[in-house]
Amino acid sequence: MKKRVAASVCMTGGALLIALLVTVPALAHGVVGKRFFPSALATEDPFVSDELSLLAGTRKEEGEGVEGTVVSTEFSVEYSKRITPSLALSVATAYRFVDAGGGGTADGWDNLEVGFKYQFLASASHETVVSVGLETSIGNTGDRSVGAEEFTVLSPAFFLGKGFGDLPASFRFLRPLALTSALELEIPTRGGGGAAHSGGEGTEHEGEERHPLVAAYGFTVQYSLSYLQSFVRDLGLVRPLNRMILLVEFPLETALNRGSAGDTAGSVNPGVVWVGRRLQLGVELEVPLVGRRTGDVGVLVLVHFLIDDIFPRSLGRPLIR
Amino acid sequence: MNMSLVAARSASVLSAAVLVLFLALPASGHVTPERAEPAVGATLHGPPKRVRIWFDAPLDGSSELKVVSADGERVDRGDVRVDSADPRVLEVSLEDLSPGVYRVIWIAVSRDGHRTKGDYTFTVRKGRRP
Repeated sequence: MKKRVAASVCMTGGALLIALLVTVPALAHGVVGKRFFPSALATEDPFVSDELSLLAGTRKEEGEGVEGTVVSTEFSVEYSKRITPSLALSVATAYRFVDAGGGGTADGWDNLEVGFKYQFLASASHETVVSVGLETSIGNTGDRSVGAEEFTVLSPAFFLGKGFGDLPASFRFLRPLALTSALELEIPTRGGGGAAHSGGEGTEHEGEERHPLVAAYGFTVQYSLSYLQSFVRDLGLVRPLNRMILLVEFPLETALNRGSAGDTAGSVNPGVVWVGRRLQLGVELEVPLVGRRTGDVGVLVLVHFLIDDIFPRSLGRPLIR
Repeated sequence: MNMSLVAARSASVLSAAVLVLFLALPASGHVTPERAEPAVGATLHGPPKRVRIWFDAPLDGSSELKVVSADGERVDRGDVRVDSADPRVLEVSLEDLSPGVYRVIWIAVSRDGHRTKGDYTFTVRKGRRP
């Protein structure tokens, strides 16, 4: 395990060094050409930026190893800082409340996550942005009682954003559409073994744990009313409609091995985002699509600060320009 | 007191304080268009004399605005300016336009130097001059 972590650290360091030496033209926060890509609530966005995200979510799901429904409420915070115009580092954590009904309650911190993202392609004419990244969930930095793992998970990732502003004029009302996608491979540094614990005070279940490789993939479909008003047709939409982006997210994940190959879980999240000059607000429903009970609808709420717009001459500028 | 309740309340208070702090800061950042004359995608029965675009924040004098025909030929008079009475407005006057489709191309520069660009079209049909 130590060799794998060391090798990953070396690869990460090497990739960071290369990224520092090679840059693509800087983009404004999430802007490529006329397209603004908002920060989605469940799917990582494809651009680098200076931003602070506060996300709250609640969901119900069938308990693992306990009877009845488990209600989880989570408050997460993520801060991203551009090192160069194309490279950003991020740090994130979350505080989670778990109510397992008869299985007891627990609250505590999830593991600390650090990551980097490198944006290597941006095309204004095709409203396209492509990035790669690596996220590390550092084991043993959170509370086991709320499900934080003892081991580290490394997640290389690929991100893509594509706006359809380049469609011909006959399809102009589809020009406000955009797609984003994120593909990650979650690599646990421990494959299995050890005692299993599940949430809730006074509850312990022993057995062999298995930690499979997991492919986490998600995409969003967005329709920007702001883009429609500003670049396609003024329909007279008033505030706040003229700053809204309608979106549907599909966050999914599939286990790849260790007895769980093919196990898939995911949801469909319809929602709306409002974009202001300093911040972005979003709300979504989380409707189980696969792997969870269909009636257990959750809610996500996002407050997202555009640091590069709030502090353009100081905190919001890349460290290396 | 229940620790979960304390943590939830603390998080709520902190979030509210951060939100108030950031909203109290002076406006900055990228400007976006709010409306235009001719309107985005509009069809006019007669040629307009000028193009005006209202943005959501004051503009810098280095902002740009031009209008081109379907052939790519420039049809504005080159006198682009930020309205002295309302610095959120960018305008340029036009030559006599024949019926056809025209493209408005703009680069809006905010007072703190952020640049936003965009374009839209409008159509002129035969009709009375406004």
